[in-house]
Amino acid sequence: MMRWVALFLCLAAQTQAAPHSGYADASAPVRAMQDDDTANPGFLWVQQGEGIWSDAGVPTGHSCASCHGAATGMRGVSARYPEYDAKLGHPLTLEQRIEQCHTERQGAAPFAHESDELLAITAFVGVQSRGMGVTVDASGPAAPFFDRGKELFTTRMGLLNLSCAECHDGLAGHHLAGATIPQGQPNGYPLYRLEWQALGSLVRRIRNCLTGVRAEPFTDDSTDLVALQFYLGARADGLKVETPAVRP
Amino acid sequence: MSRVLINVPKSCKKGDILDVKVLISHPMESGQRRDEQGQIIPRKIINKFTCAWDGEEVFSADLFPAIAANPFLSFSALAVASGTLSMTWVDDDGHTQTELVAITVV
Ligand code: HEC
Ligand code: HEC
Repeated sequence: MMRWVALFLCLAAQTQAAPHSGYADASAPVRAMQDDDTANPGFLWVQQGEGIWSDAGVPTGHSCASCHGAATGMRGVSARYPEYDAKLGHPLTLEQRIEQCHTERQGAAPFAHESDELLAITAFVGVQSRGMGVTVDASGPAAPFFDRGKELFTTRMGLLNLSCAECHDGLAGHHLAGATIPQGQPNGYPLYRLEWQALGSLVRRIRNCLTGVRAEPFTDDSTDLVALQFYLGARADGLKVETPAVRP
Repeated sequence: MSRVLINVPKSCKKGDILDVKVLISHPMESGQRRDEQGQIIPRKIINKFTCAWDGEEVFSADLFPAIAANPFLSFSALAVASGTLSMTWVDDDGHTQTELVAITVV
């Protein structure tokens, strides 16, 4: 990540182009890997998630399937997450919603952040919505979270003093060392990143970008981190869900 | 048990050339990396893969430390007669995993 220090980008106008998936910025071999479910290592986690879906070995004895039925019933769910929860008065990410069922309805200890289990069940729920358009509802009582997320997205951070927007709105399509700067869209998560050699969450990806600009990462589950993801979801309006995508 | 994805047609015609694609979850730890204490993380990779059709080897590969985690292999085999494809991965500590797929050749 030292390469980021050598970053003096000509200042492009910060316009917001139509949403455009990171898939389109990836190289042909990476796209080919995503296009073939048997070559996409993300499906190793999807397969694990399928096992968790019907696993009744939890304290209450209720598998996800025992309440929700076939996983196909989850089609469309991930496309509208993070979603505002009226009872809680704030948005929840898909991971947090799953954790809620896992702890409150299955009586289990929470999955660890970024654990294979949580990534697997999230990918399995997510893949059910593959191909559907992202539609995160940021209206009404959810609007302040959108506004906060947008504020964070456009705030300069870290030793390099850059905002997410400077790269992902202003310089998308330009290059940063060897990489094409994508729009920073969330529609493929959890996704298999070749650099990680593993499936990873949107939170992990955001942490990578924050480390890149030498900023302090948000703490897990902080309101700001959820607001930022909520803004990214609303900003991705209409992009197709690609979970589990493949990225360099 | 590691998670495995196998993609091969379950039935085909005699004389067909089958594409076999296999993916297994494995860290493929190269032995070149160090942990936070500066100690070398011991090498642990899958070093061999073999595929036999009713006992006759149709494909094998030696794998090396530069191969990425979760190795994906793609190869082809000639369909001669119905039988069982037996695929085995062997790792550095001697752990092996075998997966079987029955194939009908008409
Ligand atoms: C210095 C420019 C820069 C800044 C600032 C930056 N990013 Fe990124 N971001 C990148 C690059 C480059 C990539 C692609 C990396 C790669 O492909 O290796 C990326 C990737 C991403 C992705 C993954 C997109 C996909 O298709 O999977 C997301 C999401 C993202 N960034 C969000 C953010 C957020 C949120 C912030 C602010 C907290 C941020 N980024 C700040 C350069 C930046
Ligand atoms: C005891 C029954 C029960 C179990 C077990 C259960 N859930 Fe749920 N789940 C619910 C109920 C009820 C809701 C609706 C909650 C609400 O709207 O407040 C829900 C909501 C959800 C949602 C949000 C759906 C939406 O439309 O927004 C997801 C995703 C979900 N569950 C996933 C899971 C997963 C994954 C598991 C297993 C790890 C699981 N659930 C286990 C009862 C259950």
